[in-house]
Amino acid sequence: MSVELYRIDDRLIHGQVVVGWGQPLNIRLIVLVDDDVARSGWEQDLYRMGVPPEMELRFADVATAVRDHASYTADPRHCIVLTANVATMRALLSQIKPAKGVNIGGIHHRPGRSSRLRYVFLTPDEETELRELTASGVKVTAQDVPSARAVPLEEILRDTPKREESG
Amino acid sequence: MSRSTSRKMTSNDADADSPSVEPSRARAIVAGHGTFPEGMVSAIQQITGFGNVFVPMSNSGLSGEDIEARLRTRADDLNVKVFFTDLPAGSATMAVRRMMRDRAGIVLVTGANLAALLEFLFCEDEHPDDAARLAVEKGRTAMSVEGGD
Repeated sequence: MSVELYRIDDRLIHGQVVVGWGQPLNIRLIVLVDDDVARSGWEQDLYRMGVPPEMELRFADVATAVRDHASYTADPRHCIVLTANVATMRALLSQIKPAKGVNIGGIHHRPGRSSRLRYVFLTPDEETELRELTASGVKVTAQDVPSARAVPLEEILRDTPKREESG
Repeated sequence: MSRSTSRKMTSNDADADSPSVEPSRARAIVAGHGTFPEGMVSAIQQITGFGNVFVPMSNSGLSGEDIEARLRTRADDLNVKVFFTDLPAGSATMAVRRMMRDRAGIVLVTGANLAALLEFLFCEDEHPDDAARLAVEKGRTAMSVEGGD
């Protein structure tokens, strides 16, 4: 299996992904799965500027990623499958052979989300979706960079979060 | 190379022997990871006393949307169109590239280093585009490898 990482990261292509994980894992293929980005040449041009020439960046909506997933795993290159949010990752993984694990790399603050880790903020719905992923056999951990400890989901969700008032 | 070191030395009536300089204003935003921006500005302040020509902004703990929103606000408040960032793939770089889609005249320098920033600082009389290009030249040539087996 050449998919080294299934990562949820709302910044998508950025330093932690391209350099922080890309270098030590020798990543040569990133599949960015996002329905909006897959429809926007503008967004794709922007993200292409962020990857080095030796790294291929592919764009797919969820349906295409489900269809082509076998080719990602068959590709001899080391690969990251990247989504911006929990819902997209869950939609993808619910339709393919279960990934061995999902990496939460960065889900940042916005109204309605509660702080779980320095770089992980979740809505109640996102917490439920992550629990469902775990229940389906996927090991979910949060780890922004390879040198950090992978924090298991049960630890992330263990304490009652401090809810912020949305608005 | 046309280069203007435009920090204007003036005489002070109260102390004619003591050189002084005109106050500087913010001309660029330095954005990037961790404390890179603050560190760069701190180093410039230590070397020249003109750290306030650059405004630091870290991307730490922020979503891509928040980084972009803060950069836009900061640029508006300061009337600044030049951005120095650390990594070509960094989220601050991506945010500035988004700004460039709807704002004219934005200048983005990626891979910034201290030598580049210092060059930009002292190219005050140049057009920002030219100052940025001179800064990149200086930043590239400042890097070297010495020694080894």
